Amino acid sequence: MSDHKTMTLTLIVWRQKNANDPGKFETYTAKGITEHHSFLEMLDVVNEDLILAGKDPIVFDHDCREGICGMCSQVVNGMAHGGQDRTTVCQLHMRKFKDGDTIYIEPWRARAFPIIRDLIVDRAALDTIVQAGAYVSCHTGGVPDGNAILIPKPVADESMDAAECIGCGACVAGCPNGAAMLFTGSKVSQFAVLPQGKPEAAARVKALEKAMTDCGFGNCTNHYECQAACPKGINVKFIARMNREFLKAQFS
Amino acid sequence: MILDGKCPTGPIQQTWDKHCFDLKLVNPANKRKYNIIVVGTGLAGGAAAASLGELGYNVQAFCYQDSPRRAHSIAAQGGINAAKNYPNDGDSIYRLFYDTIKGGDFRAREADVWRLAQVSNNIIDQCVAQGVPFARDYAGYLDNRSFGGAQVSRTFYARGQTGQQLLLGAYTALSRQIKLGTVKMYDRREMLDLVVVDGVARGITVRNLITGELESYAADAVCLATGGYVNVFYLSTNAMGCSVTANWKAHKKGAYFANPCYTQIHPTCIPQAGDYQSKLTLMSESLRNDGRCWVPKKKEDCGKHPNEVPEEDRDYYLERKYPSFGNLAPRDIASRAAKEQCDDGRGVGPGGRGVYLDFSTSIKRVGADTIKERYGNLFEMYEKITDEDGYKRPMRMYPAPHYSMGGLWVDYNLMSNIPGLFVLGEANFSVHGANRLGASALMQGLADGYFVIPNTIGGYLATVKPGAVNAEHPEFKKCEEDAKRSVETFLSINGKRTTSDFMRELGGLMWENCGMARTKESLETNLKKIPALREEFWKNVKVSGSGNELNQQLENAGRTADFLEFAELMCRDALHRNESCGGHFRTEYQDAGEAQRDDANFCYVGAWEFKGVDKQPELHKEPLKFENVHLAVRSYK
Repeated sequence: MSDHKTMTLTLIVWRQKNANDPGKFETYTAKGITEHHSFLEMLDVVNEDLILAGKDPIVFDHDCREGICGMCSQVVNGMAHGGQDRTTVCQLHMRKFKDGDTIYIEPWRARAFPIIRDLIVDRAALDTIVQAGAYVSCHTGGVPDGNAILIPKPVADESMDAAECIGCGACVAGCPNGAAMLFTGSKVSQFAVLPQGKPEAAARVKALEKAMTDCGFGNCTNHYECQAACPKGINVKFIARMNREFLKAQFS
Repeated sequence: MILDGKCPTGPIQQTWDKHCFDLKLVNPANKRKYNIIVVGTGLAGGAAAASLGELGYNVQAFCYQDSPRRAHSIAAQGGINAAKNYPNDGDSIYRLFYDTIKGGDFRAREADVWRLAQVSNNIIDQCVAQGVPFARDYAGYLDNRSFGGAQVSRTFYARGQTGQQLLLGAYTALSRQIKLGTVKMYDRREMLDLVVVDGVARGITVRNLITGELESYAADAVCLATGGYVNVFYLSTNAMGCSVTANWKAHKKGAYFANPCYTQIHPTCIPQAGDYQSKLTLMSESLRNDGRCWVPKKKEDCGKHPNEVPEEDRDYYLERKYPSFGNLAPRDIASRAAKEQCDDGRGVGPGGRGVYLDFSTSIKRVGADTIKERYGNLFEMYEKITDEDGYKRPMRMYPAPHYSMGGLWVDYNLMSNIPGLFVLGEANFSVHGANRLGASALMQGLADGYFVIPNTIGGYLATVKPGAVNAEHPEFKKCEEDAKRSVETFLSINGKRTTSDFMRELGGLMWENCGMARTKESLETNLKKIPALREEFWKNVKVSGSGNELNQQLENAGRTADFLEFAELMCRDALHRNESCGGHFRTEYQDAGEAQRDDANFCYVGAWEFKGVDKQPELHKEPLKFENVHLAVRSYK
């Protein structure tokens, strides 16, 4: 099966032992890479060599490797997830690179995401935002029939467009202000458009805005880098909706 | 020993309601005195932790990922079944029950499956209330699609990411409880042992994956919702971190492992492209609503561009073999049929290991836009991985390991044979028999988490004194020391092969000899080769770094070591079961290519008791009785 032409690449990778280590770039060579390798499989190849040489492999977060769990988080050549439209770094394939390329690999960089090691960052702040109120406060059991709440298709679709967010944090990494407005806006919007979410809409947007600020995320200054970086293509209109909901909440 | 599932008796329609009434209750003021550990935060674990916290118990939840939202339930694409009968096409709780029993090839317990079908409707209501954006029609009603093994449309969905949306529902319910303080969440923790004191489950040992510290947690009950084990094949559709470790550690502490040989090979996955590959990607079964499976009739056409193979030279093998279910034949049958065509030399793509999934007929019928609306994200994913456009040429597909029907043995209350140890979702064996139907895994995870365990755990806790054992008990210290010793051993071997190298070899052996088809000879081969590989592992594995830090190799080494032991049990189970049923296909037992069950001798759950790593485990049987569905040959023709 391996009758493909192979590539040799130079990798310049951020290495940082722990949160207190200043960290630095190290250079590695990736050999025998085919166009069918995913980006993470290319790193697996490099790591196998490092392990056998008795060196510390490059650690990075990853799990499903099919673009849905939101665990993988690398800045490739300055772009969160590598810059391919609506693609997580685990779904980025090496056919997007050429033999002899030099590739820079860094972790998400944002004040609210401290680096744990190498390419792994701590994204607990996103959980904190959700815990602040990104839900409908319903109990298990005792709810009405699913069809008792009618939600016309365009409304369900609008909610779904927002709900597609996989919580990877690329929007934060892509933002020059380290803002989590796209993430938070998508949570606010998913519920704000649905009848089930309306009773708590005002309280929710206020709580989420506060949590976002307390976690050390910046504010939006309309660069739209978040939308460009988002592997699910979440639209910045949800930031506008959050701002509207926030304004409305001041009068409720 | 004959095992008793403690199923309620009487008319099946009343079993669950009657059982709930008969269970003892813990009064609201006493609930806060009980601690419950939940390991795993997928649909089963997330829903359980949220619901138990809401009831007033003190819950401690654990996951190995950086957030509970990332559990692998998230990857489910197609949908979730429920017996709502919204389309008025003849569905009912009884029909969902019947389809699931038949789909599982008559190797599941009737009472458990009935309960699943009964609460399926509550799940949809619950998820809607949480704000899960299911697909709707323009009038606002919930939409349905069809899935394999059923002749009604009962599958609810949220684009191609139903799993993520349902998991986010459970995760947000869990987040709400974390905020309220009823659940304490521990992420980036991997369970390394189950602590059993005087025969009762009392807690767990975990490794903090960031600091490397070993930590002990005590509770009055432990719930494992730790998923399946098909990463034993190395290449599977599971996430990289999915492992048998939590279940295996519990097994080594006395929990019986039931039907480990029942593994599901999903028919529509993107074929393997090379030896370096780390995982296989599933393409939802929902695609078979509109895609038609075919291979060329003539071997010489296999190398041609598929669009150049004329219609009359295409073999739509599922439509030919199973006219009444066609492309929506159940997974085990569709997978075997694909393998059969490829073994016959009519497979397509690299190595001839592939079949076509063709949308051209549907695109002609409903238009490319409608197909895009239904499956757009799946076509995109296919293109990213293969660089081919599924709208213009048929997709290439091949079966891949996807799900494990086997798991830890549990009774009707989801309690294992160790008192205080409950097992939920894919981690238990209970409802899918020998084959799981599509869109049923999400249903089971949420049924167990939202509606079963909140009732049944009370029945147990009401009989025990809260806080009887705490983490100062010497048994906790001993478990920590055992875990520490194995970490030190991994680091001291300093051999020449990496953990992934061992996993790749083990996976190859399992796929070749205990995969889609198994024989006495192939299984006996594995029973010789696996112990030898395990011996080599303990002499020749290479793990660098230290134990007191984030060390992904160490995590992998532990998981690999457990798979190397578990694989042997799986082969033993497959070897002892001299019949073919569902996902377990023994080549010797077939009737013109169809699985040949032996109800006279094998109509039971096979639950294995651990006796030592290199020792023969002991088999316990739980006979299966079918009083509501007639035991029959499973036909989809």
